Amino acid sequence: MLSIKNLQASVEEKEILKGLDLEVKPGEVHAIMGPNGAGKSTMGYVMSGREGYEVNEGSVTLDGVDLLGLEAEERARAGLFLAFQYPVEIPGVSNLEFMKAAVDAQREAKGEEAVSSKDFLKMAREACKQVHLPAEFLKRGVNEGFSGGEKKRNEIMQMLLLKPKLCILDESDSGLDIDALQVVAEGVNSQRSPDRSFIVVTHYQRLLDYIKPDFVHVLSDGKIVKSGDASLALELEEQGYNWLTEQREQSA
Amino acid sequence: MTEQINQAINREYEAGFVSDIESETFEPGLDEDVIRRISTMKNEPEWMLEWRLKAFALWQKMEEPEWAHVHYPEINFQDISYYSAPKSMADKPKSLDEVDPELLATYDKLGIPLLEQQMLAGVAVDAVFDSVSVVTTFREKLAESGVIFCPISEAIQEYPELVKKYLGSVVPQRDNYYAALNCAVFTDGSFVYIPKGVRCPMELSTYFRINEMNTGQFERTLIIADEGSHVSYLEGCTAPQRDENQLHAAVVELVALDNAEIKYSTVQNWYPGDENGKGGIYNFVTKRAVCHTSAKVSWTQVETGSAVTWKYPSCILRGDNSIGEFYSVALTRGMQQADTGTKMIHMGKNTKSTIISKGISAGRSNNSYRGLVRMGPRADGARNFTQCDSLLIGGQCGAHTFPYVESKNPSAIVEHEATTSKVSDDQMFLCQQRGLDPEKAVSMIVNGFCKEVFKELPMEFAVEAGKLLEISLEGSVG
Ligand SMILES: Nc1ncnc2c1ncn2[C@@H]1O[C@H](COP(=O)(O)OP(=O)(O)OP(=O)(O)O)[C@@H](O)[C@H]1O
Ligand SMILES: [Mg+2]
Repeated sequence: MLSIKNLQASVEEKEILKGLDLEVKPGEVHAIMGPNGAGKSTMGYVMSGREGYEVNEGSVTLDGVDLLGLEAEERARAGLFLAFQYPVEIPGVSNLEFMKAAVDAQREAKGEEAVSSKDFLKMAREACKQVHLPAEFLKRGVNEGFSGGEKKRNEIMQMLLLKPKLCILDESDSGLDIDALQVVAEGVNSQRSPDRSFIVVTHYQRLLDYIKPDFVHVLSDGKIVKSGDASLALELEEQGYNWLTEQREQSA
Repeated sequence: MTEQINQAINREYEAGFVSDIESETFEPGLDEDVIRRISTMKNEPEWMLEWRLKAFALWQKMEEPEWAHVHYPEINFQDISYYSAPKSMADKPKSLDEVDPELLATYDKLGIPLLEQQMLAGVAVDAVFDSVSVVTTFREKLAESGVIFCPISEAIQEYPELVKKYLGSVVPQRDNYYAALNCAVFTDGSFVYIPKGVRCPMELSTYFRINEMNTGQFERTLIIADEGSHVSYLEGCTAPQRDENQLHAAVVELVALDNAEIKYSTVQNWYPGDENGKGGIYNFVTKRAVCHTSAKVSWTQVETGSAVTWKYPSCILRGDNSIGEFYSVALTRGMQQADTGTKMIHMGKNTKSTIISKGISAGRSNNSYRGLVRMGPRADGARNFTQCDSLLIGGQCGAHTFPYVESKNPSAIVEHEATTSKVSDDQMFLCQQRGLDPEKAVSMIVNGFCKEVFKELPMEFAVEAGKLLEISLEGSVG
């Protein structure tokens, strides 16, 4: 499904990703962990085509489509979804209107008809219910005045409506209370299917108790420095990242 | 992103076509004789001509104002033609069937069908083309409830008592330079009278169209809402795309008698000029309302057009407990300049006013809010709330706020809030990441920014205003 090869990218002339490789097969969940500033969010931005992120080397393909040649909105329409670490507010634009426009734009790109307002409202209410957001949140401005945890749940709500092929969740668990963590995890688990994959960026093993990853990777200084199964997360929880970075320094 | 925005903003002006209509147009130039000829063309009574000549004498002694934050080359008032009318209007058409089909087609093309059976149900329209009103729809139906809705040129002949009593009563002839000029040379516009206690059964609207080259449009609107009556009125404006600047200097007077309510909405889309600032309308307009006891006037405006705008719809809150409201969206792009805002003059006790102004600047445009809130010595318990928000798109535009407060009454309360924000890269990216193209993203963000004002517009026009913004913004993103 997703294939990242030797991805090198920089922001403001500063090299952040330094040769990143990752293969994700349909239906898999990959967790990415790693120290602050390692380049985890940058990876999500580069993949989804955010302006200001220069790709210097490498390739990213989704189901054979070269993502790097597409505009950000085209990548989204190709099935890539990014749940933001820091969701922004769009004052005055209701969540409902925003998501209806997004869903319609994505349907149009596939040659499908727009959903009727009535049907969409039903779908949106259902999605809100799934992440335990009261339906009033559909009327409020996108993330406008939402609490940190509400913003994160709102991101998952959007994912439920868009039904992407590949979901990148950038610290969707940070700032969540224990109940909300379960809600978010359930939202994700409900979407797990043989043809949908997830990249879950997190700092905490706790989330991975709920969303069982197939693989865990450590991203450090712009590269994947270690990969393993779910047990790697437990190891990291106990020992931190130092032993990994030290190992690398020794081998270098 | 800035580049994308600019592309989106430099989109073509859709109302920019010229209609091929044979017109009778005065030679450019302005003197007493021209004013006499206008008056004769309009079959005016002697008192009206005298009123015009008095205004002309005043105007000649006045100076063009320079305090606004706008720059434009000096206007030569002798280069402008002060009267132009379609030839077919010479012997006045008696019904729609007799109206020049080319004229009807022009309004059709602008999305304003004048044939009543095709009209939006519940909206009566007065269509003003250059210097004359070509048709006013639904007049009979309105007359059933005693509502008068007709061209002002007709009101001068048919209802001289009302016109004499109220014309110039809100905006005196000497009020300002452009108002004085308008008094001398105004050609047409709408007249509305709502009798005591009547709720006008439909929306009233006037569409102004400038077509002829080198002509100015000087329209005059007078709305009188008698005690306890209610009316909602909308005006729309467009002009062809021409390389020369054209002058539009209107005067609108609203009189809300005791307990009356007037809602006045404007969707202004005069030709703004091209992206280098060539051509476009100079829109120098005086709009003012007087509110008697417990009366209420709301001005709502969505301004996207004109090369230069100078406009301050105001309320004189004369009666106790009267209410004034001003809701404004002003969008400037390319080289457009807008200096707009309002004046709320609190004279009566417990008078209230609300000002919500949303300025959006893109391209290399300049957008200024200028507002005055005056609390008079008798205005015990008066309150004003002002909120002034500016949104910048790209880095080459300007937004300015000039709030003035004068309070002569210690019990009066004035509150002012102002914000400036940008369409941020983060917001754009969020929209695109969800699958929206950048143009749709900007128009959605801008619409969201304007929401508080749009919700004040009558339903049909809120949609129209949203679309207008969308069109105006197309190409402004990338
Ligand atoms: N616009 C920018 N200008 C300069 N440096 C930047 C910019 N954006 C990101 N960086 C730098 O890139 C590095 C990687 O940032 P990134 O946000 O990808 O880290 P992260 O792994 O997501 O960290 P965290 O765990 O704290 O979220 C950091 O050192 C950051 O300061
Ligand atoms: Mg991060």
